[in-house]
Amino acid sequence: MMTNSSKSTLSRGITALVFLALVFVPVIGSRAMVQDLFMVLTLLVLALNWNMLAGFAGLVSVGQQAFVGIGAYAMFGGVILWGWDPLPAILLGGVAAMFLSLPIAFFTFRLNGAYFAIGTWVSAEIVRLSVAQWKALGGGTGTSLPKGTTKDMFGVPQIKDLLGVSSSAAADALTYWLALGLAVVTLLAGYVFLRSRMGLGLQAIRDNVEAARSVGVDPLRLKALVFVLSAFGTGLCGALLFIQITRVSPDAAFSVVDWTAFVIFITVIGGIGTLPGPVVGVLVFYILQRVLADYGTVYLIVLGLIGIVIMLFARKGLWGMFTEKTGIELLPLRHKSLQRSER
Amino acid sequence: MIWVDTIVQGILLGGLYALFAAGLSLVFGIMRLVNLAHGDLIVLAAFLILTVVNLLGLNPFVAALIAAPVMFAVGWLLQSYVLNRVLGDDILPPLLVTFGLSVVIQNGLLESFSADSQKLSAGPIEAASLPLGPITVGVMPLLTLISAVVVIFALNQLFYRTKLGQAFRATSDDAVTAGLMGIRPRNVFAIATGIAMVVATIAALYLGIRANFDPSIGPARLIYAFEAVIIGGLGSLWGTLAGGILIGVAQALGAAVNPEWQILAGHIAFVIVLLIRPRGLFPRAND
Repeated sequence: MMTNSSKSTLSRGITALVFLALVFVPVIGSRAMVQDLFMVLTLLVLALNWNMLAGFAGLVSVGQQAFVGIGAYAMFGGVILWGWDPLPAILLGGVAAMFLSLPIAFFTFRLNGAYFAIGTWVSAEIVRLSVAQWKALGGGTGTSLPKGTTKDMFGVPQIKDLLGVSSSAAADALTYWLALGLAVVTLLAGYVFLRSRMGLGLQAIRDNVEAARSVGVDPLRLKALVFVLSAFGTGLCGALLFIQITRVSPDAAFSVVDWTAFVIFITVIGGIGTLPGPVVGVLVFYILQRVLADYGTVYLIVLGLIGIVIMLFARKGLWGMFTEKTGIELLPLRHKSLQRSER
Repeated sequence: MIWVDTIVQGILLGGLYALFAAGLSLVFGIMRLVNLAHGDLIVLAAFLILTVVNLLGLNPFVAALIAAPVMFAVGWLLQSYVLNRVLGDDILPPLLVTFGLSVVIQNGLLESFSADSQKLSAGPIEAASLPLGPITVGVMPLLTLISAVVVIFALNQLFYRTKLGQAFRATSDDAVTAGLMGIRPRNVFAIATGIAMVVATIAALYLGIRANFDPSIGPARLIYAFEAVIIGGLGSLWGTLAGGILIGVAQALGAAVNPEWQILAGHIAFVIVLLIRPRGLFPRAND
């Protein structure tokens, strides 16, 4: 009989192996597989960020598409208007989203609870409608990256030589690795943050605001920090997504369904307020999408129903159920007490 | 004179938004439930009216009379079997459940009615207009605004003059104490949502007659409704009407300057009001 901690060690070993396998996908896998996994990884990054907001900071945002969209548009601006290489332009996307999050936070943080959700949604609509007025980037109809931009991207020629593939396949591999890196960094950063003093404060706020305040936690400052940081991560992800998509339009970049609705379902199904939840959720999402691909929008109905059932009967999602049944914890957030207890 | 005309058209448009928002405001005021599926439920009601019209060959106004009790039942069942389970201090579960519901309804309608635009036909009244002093107003928009005022007046009467309204207010103030007085909050909530769905049916009637609709338009309508409710202030039905009219006027003024700015102007008015008054214009409740 394995103890819970040795089971956890084993599952950590498996996680490391999975990560290694993912790194080698562009070397051994097909291009379609690389592109599919790229979408999965970017959705995972969005879900990790949203989980941080809604699951840990209690900020239920329905306006994350604002940051995906502005990240994408800033990246396009960098490449098309100022002639940047797409890679630094991704960073520009993240920074732009971070700056956008400041006025949005100023407005929405005055609203509590459900008002906040509507406030973020309206904010995202305002950004979408304003960006549609940006004529240099195609206004309401949008624009494409100049032909060959991704093929000349920094690092693509080297990857091309290394793997012996076409330029477009090398560009896919590069964006894939960036997405993988972003996902891993987001996951680990979330873990480190939540284990830190600030993260502890955040969870204290979630459990009881008054009590947290009384021991010196400043809810507003901590929540604002999470909001701005997750905007940064979401903006980076948006920029990266649209390098791969190569075409941007206000409706696609600020799509509430693609960048917020799916992300919410992924997080809820996997387990909101748990760190591995989004990983589980994104796998379920991907499998559902593939299995029900031939039935039109049926997978959306199924997704919605699963989300409702999870919220009604298992609030911590699939991962929460798994942890409860097996005692396995990856990335545990609980701190061990100093006094050893018998187990 | 153009400005007067624009503002009047805006007020009339606001009547439609207030009608979308009235049911939402009722539910929000009584149980603090933010129903993200409200817009899709309105669209569902519109398709229900359309089905009755097509099957029985009735005028949409008559068909709505048949659709209304069905929608009441939908609301009652929804509240009793789903939404009552997620009410509580945590706002996340109700938001997520109604969000899921919104996606399910939208795509369910898409599967059964296709993405084609539909319209309810009410005959010559659609194009009729009335000269009102120096300006002309359409009969349908005017009827919409009058209906909004009547609906809100009726809901207020219900709220403040009847036994049921007393139960609504008591439950809204303190559900536990109301329970001790022999009121069953879950039952009260179910009736409230049922009534909200009747109001949604009326909104659907005007939505369907005045413009094309398809399964996907729910959320776009919902956002104006929410803006109206929030600007108006939690729990104030007349506030919701004022909020709807404010959004309508802002949109009409924006559109008069540049047609592309119509929607944007409405959203910006929403932001400005909340920056000045975070709790809305006429807040009744204390949260």
